[in-house]
Amino acid sequence: MADLHPENPYSRERFPDPARTVEFPPEARQRFDYILTRYPNKESALLPTLHLAQEVWGWISPEVVHYVGSLLDLSPATVFGVVSFYNMYNQKPVGKYHVQVCTNLSCMIWRAYDIYEHLCERLAVKPGGTTPDGLYTVTEVECLGSCGTAPVVQVNNDYHESMTVESTVALLDKLK
Amino acid sequence: MEQIKVLTANIDKPNSTSIDVYLDAGGYEAARKALAMKPDDIIQAVKDSELRGRGGAGFPTGAKWGFVPKNAPKPTWLLCNADESEPGTFKDRVIIEKDPHLLIEGMIISAFAISSNPMAYIYIRGEFYYGATVLDKALEEARQKGFLGKNIFGTAFDFDITVARGAGAYICGEETGLIESIEGHRGQPRVKPPFPAVIGAFGGPTVVQNVETLACVPFIIDKGAEWFKGFGTPKNTGPKLYCVSGAVKKPGVYEFPIGVNLKELIYEHCGGILGDRKLKAAIPGGASAPMLTADEIDLALNFDDVMKAGSMLGSAGIIVIDDSMCIVDAVWRLSKFFAHESCGQCTPCREGTNWLESILDRMERGGGRQEDADLLLDMSDNIGGKSLCALGDAAIGPVISSVKKFRDEFMYHVEHKSCLPGTMRYRRLDMPVAAH
Ligand SMILES: Cc1cc2nc3c(=O)[nH]c(=O)nc-3n(C[C@H](O)[C@H](O)[C@H](O)COP(=O)(O)O)c2cc1C
Ligand code: SF4
Ligand code: FES
Repeated sequence: MADLHPENPYSRERFPDPARTVEFPPEARQRFDYILTRYPNKESALLPTLHLAQEVWGWISPEVVHYVGSLLDLSPATVFGVVSFYNMYNQKPVGKYHVQVCTNLSCMIWRAYDIYEHLCERLAVKPGGTTPDGLYTVTEVECLGSCGTAPVVQVNNDYHESMTVESTVALLDKLK
Repeated sequence: MEQIKVLTANIDKPNSTSIDVYLDAGGYEAARKALAMKPDDIIQAVKDSELRGRGGAGFPTGAKWGFVPKNAPKPTWLLCNADESEPGTFKDRVIIEKDPHLLIEGMIISAFAISSNPMAYIYIRGEFYYGATVLDKALEEARQKGFLGKNIFGTAFDFDITVARGAGAYICGEETGLIESIEGHRGQPRVKPPFPAVIGAFGGPTVVQNVETLACVPFIIDKGAEWFKGFGTPKNTGPKLYCVSGAVKKPGVYEFPIGVNLKELIYEHCGGILGDRKLKAAIPGGASAPMLTADEIDLALNFDDVMKAGSMLGSAGIIVIDDSMCIVDAVWRLSKFFAHESCGQCTPCREGTNWLESILDRMERGGGRQEDADLLLDMSDNIGGKSLCALGDAAIGPVISSVKKFRDEFMYHVEHKSCLPGTMRYRRLDMPVAAH
């Protein structure tokens, strides 16, 4: 059945598909076991476990929500509540390169919107959208704590500082 | 005023993050010394130093440690606030990425002083992925040397540190939001009292301290409170990191004795305004701090003087706005930030921050109404002091100050449906806007 409203968090997409259950591969499972030793109870291990899950699967799918909940004795609703609160947990799959342009004031003064607008047009994506080839997702983000080297573009985990439109385009071409 | 190198003494050295470089410079001697002291004597030394928190509020650190009850039924926690999300702030990152052992040493001493349980957390914003890897490596080095773990430095004190990564939420910099997040919850602040020093993380007494604050502690133990007070003025003491960004020629992190003059900082140390334009407004303490005009910047950047000038030193993130920028658009961008980051828990802040953003955007798009300037002030009045945590008050800082100080520019938008001649918007209005 098609979703009536794709943005609706209660739409069918939010329910796990039994055919797609997930499980940490052994190396991730070891890291999860280590995380548990660093926190006083299971619940407090939720954020690092979600980071780990996102590293493994790229986004937090409904199947991952249920799996993480089962690992930590938390209800899927509790896990989803946390996932949806924090910006960095992807509730949808993102491109291979998640290009995050800071447009907060200090970066804006150094013309961050030129970069952001140019990327959206060049890649023909809406804000937060992904190119059809699955290569790039472009998102506008808040201050990255690097305002002295504005404008800043974060690609996946890496900061690229003192950027221009040209250097950003060159960076994306190089990544491809 | 001359720049100094206290907190930044190591950062330019090759391999500055390695424990050997840190030890060569006399590192971890303060921790060794502190562990032979009585915890109360450490607290007294920090009180005597008059150190005030560098995270935003400027609360006296020693006094906070003094509030921690002895013999509380639950374990005591030390949490390092490395969330650094206040727009315009990028100083903690320098310590984290360039001199992580300074922070670790500060945490060892502080934990011992408050009789912390054997685990502490550095809550670092999720985006600082590189910083988290630097810290993890430094912590492992310290464990190898016996500075962390069981019986550290050969004493009876067990202590270790875990890096806890946030996941993109400004509100988790607020201390009770941070505690919620550490516990694995949505980062929604708690009602105070009880204050965290009495009931905080996992029900135990909890001290939340900014990275730079903790980095000051080894110096107080090593060189003494009097030496520390040699920087600055009474009640505003110690070395201080200032972050300057926006429309200056040489943005960056600068270290001075606390209280450097803002005008001198901008024009002498940072090379003046981009393109030799004129300064329109300066924000002295991160996005939350009310704006100052060009006439108001002859000012010592310490907690008390900036407060007297009607703003706040906050995180010492100085954002400079030049006269080519439309002030309405600048404030719109800050309001968009607060609307995005409001945790949604209480109505005045959740609804009000969105209204502020919408009204400012409407003005930019030529839909401003005669009453909008007053409406912005009225809305602000209904958020400030009526919200659960200080984010509500933070959100109105830039709005109230700019409407009052640049009212003509706001009214020009209403009357002419465009920016004041000579100023411009640094974005296009025809781009789709993502919902938040
Ligand atoms: C909305 C909000 C955001 C905050 N963000 C930070 C932050 O990113 N880093 C920080 O150290 N303090 C931040 N604070 C201040 C903390 O609540 C707290 O006062 C501070 O961590 C105490 O440490 P200190 O006394 O060493 O400054 C924030 C406060 C508020 C209200
Ligand atoms: S003031 Fe804003 S951020 Fe603070 S608790 Fe209320 S809604 Fe959340
Ligand atoms: S404003 Fe872009 S990093 Fe701070």
